[in-house]
Amino acid sequence: MSSQSLSTTEMEWQLPSPRVVGMILVILTETALFTIFVVAYLFYIGKSVSGPYPHEVLHFPWLGSILLFGSSGTIVAAENHLKKGSMGGFHLWWFITFAAGVGFMFWTINEWIHLIYHEGLTISTNLFGSTFYSLVGLHASHVLVGAILLGLILIMSLTGRIQHRHHQHIEMISWYWHFVDCVWAVVITVVYIISANS
Amino acid sequence: MANGTTIIDPGTELLPARPGQERGTPTGWIQDLVYTVDHKKLGMLYVGTGLFFFVVAGIMALLIRAQLAFPNGRVTSPGEFNALITVHGTVMIFWVAMPMVFGMINYLVPLMIGARDMAFPRLNAFSFWLTFFSGFFLLFSFIAGPGVYGHSGAPDAGWFAIAPLTSPAFSKGPSIDYWSLSVLITGIGSVTGGINIMVTIICLRTKGMTLHRMPLFVWLALVTMFLVVVFIPPLSAAQIMLTLGRYLGAKFFDAEAGGSAILWQHFFWIFGHPEVYILVLPAFGVISEVVPVFSRKPIFGYPMMVAATILIGFISAGVWAHHMFTVGLNSFGVTFFAMATLAISVPTGIKIFNWLATMYGGKIRLELPMIFCIAFLFQFLIAGLTGIMLGVAPFDWQLNDSYFVIAHFHYVIVGGILYGIFAFFYYWYPKAFGRMLDKKLGLWHFWLFTIGFHLTFDPQHFAGFLGMPRRIYTYQPGRGWELWNLISTVGAFFQAAGVIFFVINLLWSAWKGKIAGDDPWDAWTLEWATTSPPADYNFETLPEVRSRRPLWDLKHPEDPDWKFE
Repeated sequence: MSSQSLSTTEMEWQLPSPRVVGMILVILTETALFTIFVVAYLFYIGKSVSGPYPHEVLHFPWLGSILLFGSSGTIVAAENHLKKGSMGGFHLWWFITFAAGVGFMFWTINEWIHLIYHEGLTISTNLFGSTFYSLVGLHASHVLVGAILLGLILIMSLTGRIQHRHHQHIEMISWYWHFVDCVWAVVITVVYIISANS
Repeated sequence: MANGTTIIDPGTELLPARPGQERGTPTGWIQDLVYTVDHKKLGMLYVGTGLFFFVVAGIMALLIRAQLAFPNGRVTSPGEFNALITVHGTVMIFWVAMPMVFGMINYLVPLMIGARDMAFPRLNAFSFWLTFFSGFFLLFSFIAGPGVYGHSGAPDAGWFAIAPLTSPAFSKGPSIDYWSLSVLITGIGSVTGGINIMVTIICLRTKGMTLHRMPLFVWLALVTMFLVVVFIPPLSAAQIMLTLGRYLGAKFFDAEAGGSAILWQHFFWIFGHPEVYILVLPAFGVISEVVPVFSRKPIFGYPMMVAATILIGFISAGVWAHHMFTVGLNSFGVTFFAMATLAISVPTGIKIFNWLATMYGGKIRLELPMIFCIAFLFQFLIAGLTGIMLGVAPFDWQLNDSYFVIAHFHYVIVGGILYGIFAFFYYWYPKAFGRMLDKKLGLWHFWLFTIGFHLTFDPQHFAGFLGMPRRIYTYQPGRGWELWNLISTVGAFFQAAGVIFFVINLLWSAWKGKIAGDDPWDAWTLEWATTSPPADYNFETLPEVRSRRPLWDLKHPEDPDWKFE
């Protein structure tokens, strides 16, 4: 290239971060996966030929929802502390988020034990059981993955391997966590509100 | 190259990779291939895997055709026939066409956008090895434990695993599990690969390569991978439900418990129809690169090509139920899906006219890649026309699940997609191996395969009109199907002969082919700016991209493209 031709792109050449685009695509593909399970759940509302039915056994998940939705707030607080460089605040809020995630898992275990042993609802009982456990279970498995990520970051951070400069990495994990939260909002609407009242 | 961008550290040793240099030992090669995270090697591994499974599934096709050559055939038993058609279809889609798509894109995209490698090289290796091993997992079913009626454990419920047939009541033994688990695993590989490729295209373009300057192949790869990321998960979800049903007794597709077999078909085809576009768009990409170079004209209507591609991507999400007209949709559903199906032929038609307009008035060079592209144009046109016929619901009610459908989609996949893949081989082989593919062997390949293709699939349209259903393992004489089936079988062996010439050519030319040089076709995209084969780091220096044809600008500084864009 000779220097006589002036470049048509003299402006700064900036492209988005692979990390951010990658996480957006992970969320996109996960959304597609969840959509099919939600569609299956909606399609089979009221189609079970035998009980137990949703309105008989489901209770609104107050505790689980408070834990999960609350953790979306605490993770933002943790992020802000990391951006400001205050590692103490980061550790505190990150631990609270992690504890809320683990708490949600225990809440789910408790709910499932109740449903299986007291209400007699398993995945093979009827269509409600099949669609309920697959959708809620898929969501719970994502909470589990999220909790493992949160725990790993907590350990790495306590051993000094997470610094201020990693705030974008941390932000990506929080995006994933928010996504798991959004899915929970859909699950509540579909499972605990629509199907439990129909 | 004064203001080219240097993209490697000055300390790196610059050894030009030249053909014949450092051939190494066989164990060394294997170790190299297993450890590699290089997009070029993984691309070649993908393509090689695709070729291997192409031969395997091709042999299954020959067995199927041998069984159907004459009435009351006795080559295979009914059970074996069911397993053969199921595994033939599944392997051809998931372990031939998909690895070819991923291989082409893996090899070419980083070179075309001037990147060092993919965005996530290790994820790339992960994606490949999932695809590789899951394919062998499926093939293993042939020698694994017994399935129904004491036959091999190979899945036998059709390549789209029709719902009640896959339930434990009808598919005893592990046969369907081989199908659902192997496809689930390769699906995970495809999704991670798709994310990787999209991130690479969005984030790693070299300086100056804005979206509207990307080669069309890269655009088509981007849209293809969007479809992969969005439409493979529905299949995975359906397979998770199927597996839950088979192992834990979930009732999703169990009609006795109120479940719906139709829902399986919806879920399968929500994936299944976009899958066709996942496979065909990269072939369109190859055509869009080859036709301009061998017509010596820039592509006609670049923005329209991009717009048509995106339109195809969107409409493909809303056509799936045209596979299901005969299951009894309501009239609104039938009308919607018939109209969407007809609508998707519009952007496809735009593409065909743009390729023709690119050739029109050009100085056409009839080299092998171009020959395959021209055959593609004819055959894909016919495939599209029979597709429109089948998209018209009343016509489909007559001919669904007949050999007319078989003929239609083999015209798309063999006559269209596979010809695009062949053009890919003839066009980019010199880049990957530094040597040209032999033209005489290539012409033998072309003519044997093309004659074989038409002998095989043209008569199947007529067999379909005469009422021959698909998936039957044999038929009685006297229905007028004998001649068409016999011609079809003869044609299949012509195709096999063509493939033998092709494989010999690939192997022979790697050692003895004419040295290609960096840019044998006088092309315009960035991959021809580096050595053949490219070094591990791809480019020593990169020109700043100022137009859609950066190499043209480099070769013709007196008349660069960017002055007109």
